Amino acid sequence: MDFLIPNQLNYPILSVLIFAPLAGAIVLFMIRNETVARIWTLLVSLAVFVLSLPLYFNFDPSTTKYQFGEHTAWIPAFNINYTLGIDGISLLLVLLSTFLIPICVLASWKYIDKRVKEFHFCLLLMGSACVGIFSSLDFVLFYIFWEAMLIPMYLLIAVWGGPEKVYASIKFFIYTMVGSVFLLVAMIALYLKVGTFCIPELMTQTHLFSFNFQFWVFLAFGIAFAIKVPMAPFHTWLPAAHVQAPTAGSVLLASVLLKMGTYGFLRFCLPITPNASMYFAPYILIISICSIVYGGYVALGQSDMKKLIAYSSVAHMGFVTLGIFLFNKYGLEGAILQMINHGITTGALFLCVGIIYERSHSRLIADNSGIAKIMPIYIGFFGFFCLSSMAFPGTNSFVGELLVLLGVFTDHKLIGALSIPGVVLAAAYMLHLLQRIAWGKKGKINFPDMNIREVIYLTPLVIFVLWIGFAPGPFLDVMHASVGHLMDQLQTAGAVALVK
Amino acid sequence: MDVVLFLPETYLLLMALAFFCQSLWKSSAQLNQGIAVFLTGIGVFINLYTLNMTGDLFYQAYRVDLFSQTFKLLLSVGLFLIVILCRKNKSIEERLQPEFFMFLCVSALGLMLMVSSVELITILISMELSSYSLYILIPISKDISHGRIEAAVKYIIFGAAATGIMLFGMSYIFGLTQSTYLSEIMNKMPELIGQPVGIVGILLILCGFFYKLSVVPFHFWTPDIYEGTANETVSFIATMPKIAAAALLIRIVNLAPPGSVDLVQVLVVIAAVSMTFGNIAALVQKDLKRLLAYSSIAHAGYILLGILTLKVDGYSAVMFHITAYMLMNLACFLVISTVSKEGENVTISDISGLYKRSPLLAFTLAVGFFGLAGIPPTAGFTGKFFLFIAALKEGHLALIIIAAVNTAISIYYYLNIVRSAYGQDPDGLPAVSVSFSSRLLNYGLIIAIILLGVLPAKFIEFARTACETIKL
Repeated sequence: MDFLIPNQLNYPILSVLIFAPLAGAIVLFMIRNETVARIWTLLVSLAVFVLSLPLYFNFDPSTTKYQFGEHTAWIPAFNINYTLGIDGISLLLVLLSTFLIPICVLASWKYIDKRVKEFHFCLLLMGSACVGIFSSLDFVLFYIFWEAMLIPMYLLIAVWGGPEKVYASIKFFIYTMVGSVFLLVAMIALYLKVGTFCIPELMTQTHLFSFNFQFWVFLAFGIAFAIKVPMAPFHTWLPAAHVQAPTAGSVLLASVLLKMGTYGFLRFCLPITPNASMYFAPYILIISICSIVYGGYVALGQSDMKKLIAYSSVAHMGFVTLGIFLFNKYGLEGAILQMINHGITTGALFLCVGIIYERSHSRLIADNSGIAKIMPIYIGFFGFFCLSSMAFPGTNSFVGELLVLLGVFTDHKLIGALSIPGVVLAAAYMLHLLQRIAWGKKGKINFPDMNIREVIYLTPLVIFVLWIGFAPGPFLDVMHASVGHLMDQLQTAGAVALVK
Repeated sequence: MDVVLFLPETYLLLMALAFFCQSLWKSSAQLNQGIAVFLTGIGVFINLYTLNMTGDLFYQAYRVDLFSQTFKLLLSVGLFLIVILCRKNKSIEERLQPEFFMFLCVSALGLMLMVSSVELITILISMELSSYSLYILIPISKDISHGRIEAAVKYIIFGAAATGIMLFGMSYIFGLTQSTYLSEIMNKMPELIGQPVGIVGILLILCGFFYKLSVVPFHFWTPDIYEGTANETVSFIATMPKIAAAALLIRIVNLAPPGSVDLVQVLVVIAAVSMTFGNIAALVQKDLKRLLAYSSIAHAGYILLGILTLKVDGYSAVMFHITAYMLMNLACFLVISTVSKEGENVTISDISGLYKRSPLLAFTLAVGFFGLAGIPPTAGFTGKFFLFIAALKEGHLALIIIAAVNTAISIYYYLNIVRSAYGQDPDGLPAVSVSFSSRLLNYGLIIAIILLGVLPAKFIEFARTACETIKL
């Protein structure tokens, strides 16, 4: 267990973060009144967020080990353990997950009016599964959370979704499942080779894996994660799911679920199959460029706000995979920061779309254009997040994209040059959207401006956008050691391969 | 002879007699069901009591060991749940209810005898005892439509044919080894397994159990019998004989010495074809019972994954998965028989909007079908996971990839059911009322499926110990 630092706190914080929402969800069934159910869920999710803060304050950024560790035998017959722990890569993702759940509850206050209890039940389950995914250090545990998360997400889309919800939810589910069955096979293959499901132990045993073995394991991993990210040829489920999902569903989908794919690349592909990762890196870089340009180009032509943001997600996540497969410090740190940024900004944009949808019952740009005069506060927020999404200097995405681009230009000038059109496209589609929404041709519409509740749940996001934009230090500091360790692992594997 | 060793079987026989007496006079359906629940409940405890006993009976033809006792316990739990599920037996006439319970008991008795038999003739007789009761059970129902009779006739004809094939295989084995005792056959097997005749003999015997488990070349009866038989009866046919068949498959395959490549190859092909056929055929089904029939064919393929390892790991995975399979199938049948108003068949459109009509049933249905699809944290996933590990350990990579692809295919039709229950509006379909006992059964099954999925450690260790007892 030398990879794990026993819990620094005097209570099992990660288990609490996983099981508190579950317990809250069970209590939810005993509540009859809908408003009470909402308040209860809000309190539970806020409590979970507050409980997750010690993770940041007690985090030791100098060590490469996994912190807040918990380790209990679970299925000894197969050497499966209940192992939890986080490092600099997963810390921010765990915090992002706990941070977003209360916002989702607030955003659904008026929007969800049927099956309220069940809706919040699903939200809490999602919260629990998300923390579980990012903190599992046992492959089986990770897989169980990874799959279990599908059920509440499926229900969020299928029950509370838009008119095409059936198609969208099934597509989402099947795409993810197809990817994960191969993940399952690869996971068992690794287990039979090493005799453990423990992820950090697998990372240290890479010398046992021949290149051929790594090649196939990487492919199996890669399909599962590429679907989740989503990378260009596997992205078609995303616009459908985003458009049909309720606001909270879209937010969780964009902010947390997509990160599971890139997190998978960072946690599994790079350290466990390093040689195959290096072999595949050029291809993934090309696919990432394609995702960036394709996503941006398609986003430019959308008339549906949610679809536009969904395609912009494809482009943004392209930057993340681009950063990951550069294997240098700027690229990796930029990618991790960009994961958080995308979670904040795109989540906020979906919340904005939700706000306008509650008023006009339409997501079409044409139906909501020219509202700058009647909803000034709204346009203020919306414009701000649009600027953040196109990586305007001073916002969070600028820092992330800058780091990724720095990384690209250090090693691959040509790839870097190819990614520039993507940056320009981002500005184009976002400004085009903003221009039409704010100052477009005004229809006969008269909506009330944002209310206090809506301002309350968007404000924290604004703070984070500016914070990361102006002072990214606190966010980058925690990941230096872990990213350095990841690069060491890659270099060692590369050196071994050279000796062979 | 130690009478206590034979206690579970004796008890079932007495229970069948009790229902025979009950059938002689008029009695209310509720009373009958109450008696049945009570008696089968005691049966579970009796099986628990005899769980750790070991011994040989009837001139070594009948072995009581942890392996057989575990399967007997499973069978008794299954019978208990099925009897609860039959509370409002809508498809069987009230006056025939005692007989219905009687034949259920006799059939379960046959299955219990089967899992303990270690001699070919005993196996055959106990299997027939269970089958004959089912031949009578299938046509018992309120409206004798042509579907019901067709189902009954098909089951008899296919069953008789499978038994014939099995007997033929037994004759080969007897001819080669001059013995009908499995232990003696096992000693002579290493020299026989190299010869075609030895493999053919074993395979022909296996055919009888393939029929019960509905593995592909013997699957033809499954969809029609599921469709044509009363919901409650199918819940028995879909689970109990399969448990016993899995046990017997393990016992017979165990005869083969390690490294029987040819036998394993045949099993690999059958497993691959079975799961692929079952899953693809299920994609287009509209009737829930037909869909479950094809899903059971696919699951038979998954179960073979564990059997073809010829190792204790595989066998214990089979034991785990068949338990999970029983629970998940009963969950599905519980919903089907509750939703069905007059005992008619339930189609996908009949369960649309079930989450509004009865949230609990919809949840049970979702847990059951997600379990069958193998999605964590249900027991279906854990079982499949163990099976995959066991088979991959023996190097069946191609087969596991086929199984993985199959899992992905199967998601579509399982999800389709859940989609219908959760994603659609009821369109004027009435609310479904769930009685108190059925509510308890719902909760029980949901909790059991999830608990078995999340905390499998104890059970899988236990299954491993149980399966080691037959290796001797």
